[in-house]
Amino acid sequence: MTDSSAHQPMIAADGLPLKKSLARSLRREKTRALLLIAPLLVFVLLTFIFPIGSMLFRSVENEIVSNILPRTVVELENWDATLGELPDEAVYAAFVADFVAAVEEKNHTRLGSRLNYESSGMSSLFRKSGRKVAKWNPETDGPFKEKLIKADKGWGDPETWAIIKTHSGKYTNGYFLNAVDMQRTPNGIEAQPESKQILIKLFLRTVKMSLIITASCILLGYPVAWILANLPSRSANLLMILVLLPFWTSLLVRTSAWKVMLQNQGVINDTLVWLGLVSNDARLEIINNQFGTIVAMTHILLPFMILPMYSVMQTIPPTYLRAAKSLGATNWTAFWRVYFPQSIPGIGAGSILVFILAIGYYITPEIVGGTEGVFISNRIAYHISSSLNWGLAAALGAILLVVVLVLYWAYDKIVGIDNVKLG
Amino acid sequence: MKFTKTLLATTALTVAAGAALAQDMTIVSWGGAYSKSQLKAYHEPYSAKTGVNIINDDSSAEAVAKLRAMNEAGNITWDVVDVVASDAIRLCDEGLALEIDPATQLAPAPDGTSAADDFGDLMVSSCFIPQIVYSTTFGYRTDLVGDTPPSDVCAVFDLETYPGKRSLEKRPINNMEWALLCDGVAKSDVYDVLATDEGQNQALAKLDTIKDSVVWWSAGADTPQLLADGEVIMGSTYNGRLFSVIEEQKQPVAMLWDAQVFDLDGWIIPAGLSEERKQRALDYIYFATDTQRLADQAKYISYGPARASSAPLVGKHADLGIEMAPHMPTDPNNAKNTFLYNYEFWADYRDDIDAKFQAWLAQ
Repeated sequence: MTDSSAHQPMIAADGLPLKKSLARSLRREKTRALLLIAPLLVFVLLTFIFPIGSMLFRSVENEIVSNILPRTVVELENWDATLGELPDEAVYAAFVADFVAAVEEKNHTRLGSRLNYESSGMSSLFRKSGRKVAKWNPETDGPFKEKLIKADKGWGDPETWAIIKTHSGKYTNGYFLNAVDMQRTPNGIEAQPESKQILIKLFLRTVKMSLIITASCILLGYPVAWILANLPSRSANLLMILVLLPFWTSLLVRTSAWKVMLQNQGVINDTLVWLGLVSNDARLEIINNQFGTIVAMTHILLPFMILPMYSVMQTIPPTYLRAAKSLGATNWTAFWRVYFPQSIPGIGAGSILVFILAIGYYITPEIVGGTEGVFISNRIAYHISSSLNWGLAAALGAILLVVVLVLYWAYDKIVGIDNVKLG
Repeated sequence: MKFTKTLLATTALTVAAGAALAQDMTIVSWGGAYSKSQLKAYHEPYSAKTGVNIINDDSSAEAVAKLRAMNEAGNITWDVVDVVASDAIRLCDEGLALEIDPATQLAPAPDGTSAADDFGDLMVSSCFIPQIVYSTTFGYRTDLVGDTPPSDVCAVFDLETYPGKRSLEKRPINNMEWALLCDGVAKSDVYDVLATDEGQNQALAKLDTIKDSVVWWSAGADTPQLLADGEVIMGSTYNGRLFSVIEEQKQPVAMLWDAQVFDLDGWIIPAGLSEERKQRALDYIYFATDTQRLADQAKYISYGPARASSAPLVGKHADLGIEMAPHMPTDPNNAKNTFLYNYEFWADYRDDIDAKFQAWLAQ
């Protein structure tokens, strides 16, 4: 009996080899599971992945230049921007033909705005020239080089044509370069002037401060979660309501309340001066700096840390601690070597939540952060709402997404993502 | 039979309700006291006159980005939008706002002056209908500035005579001009100097001398709160907010009008509306921007009407009963030394100088 099974494959009850039968039933399970989640998958694809994907795609898309100035872009390929000379008449003639068509379509100013992100002055150049050039006839009114330069001397500057040529490709890496404090020039990739280099600093500051906020949430949240998990359920429920209460108040109200507490003339400083611990002239600066941001953000994100930790701690049987103590462990050893490792999945889940939320926040840093506590998300918000440079905003967002994914991968390697539990 | 009757009745009601809904207009503004003044002076009289129901949306702070997104989606849900002039120029450049012909689409003044002449230089864009002139200016705590109250804007940079914190807006606009003015640049040269790298560095160097004493604000309500709490001894904000702090809340604050920077707030009509909605929006604009209406708004808020013909009609505050004319930024006593926001300059240089300003702030 023992050696016959080594020569023949196992047969299942319906006559097929066991391996095939097993594979088929596994496949059936998988298809059934897929069909069950199919509606959710379609929903997420349509409302989440496609829109965000299309927004992130703007970080490389640059069709506006070649769509509005098709002939000019072709002619400019023959011109060398690094020599510092003006392009020849063919380029000017092609440009006037394109520009007159653009003025009629009324999208020349849109192109001017786009190019203005690369060089200040382009938007008014296009706007003013539009009024003058609108009446020209591209077929009969040439030659155009002298005429265009007379209409506006900006067209007599090789810089203007260099900018158009450098940013004429359908897809561009210019936005991503800008996002890391570099720029695209006719001579290749160069660093931005030092007076404008801020984005890398903000990225580093955002990640660093989010890590600090996560750590302080762990330190402050763990004891609370422990108490919640170990108290009898009536008191635990009451405390739970107190933990959840901030969720039910508006974010702006909470942030403004911190302003009242932390200001120079605020509650904390007034109390310290009254107690005599701080002199009236040397009041503590605890707002409009990084400290204020950390305090306010920790307060706001604490429930997100406490709840996962609490639900994991609830599943840890209290008998293990008692068993450890009965085997001779001190209180600390029992906690550190028996209880704490079992609560790590909860810490992991809470940290991921808190970190990802902290990295994306911009309202609270805006209100209490002053200039030191500003996050990269403030710049993204500025570029979306005010400057309308959606390409740069998308590039910054894409980089932020990649940073978070890299940290997630690192977390997986160190702690293991299977070690994350929500309860 | 009963079922058919019910079905017919419900269909008739839905059609009627649909028709009633077609008489709605969505007008976007900034919220707060400003929206309230527009409600009293424009929306309520217009609804009474024509029966159109006006829905208010307070999204003007995000108007530019939202209009661009609406345009790309092909579904414009707003009919008339209140924006500041620089936003209107941006929207006009992007093709998102309708071009307006003042001769046919705006009301002439009662004495016959054409709308274009009545608005004068304030028609800064062909898509923009100015409504009010507001200014960004300084207020100071009368009890915290010592014996000599400040009389010109350079007091902000004078840390010896006026020690204490100031609050300035967290953006370069206005701050750079004031810094150059107080660093010895002549008023007529300010924008030429600011267009150069050296000029921008000069302005940032001057701001550097007070950087440690500045609290930076991003919302108009910040400075009044900071002044009331005594966190700062002087700070810049919109003049209407200071009016509210001084006259309505009775805080010990006074206005420093010197070198106030005028800015315009007004209407645009989004491009791409259906013909019916466009006509209704134009009808509303014709009514809401005529001489009497603009003067009416001044009864509720201390912003100056943009029309020259409205100025003599400005009367008293509707609730407080005080004369509004002395509180207007355009009043001759307050307007001895003013800047008009240089739209062309900032449309070109804003992104560039903002990057430098934010980098300087972050140091």
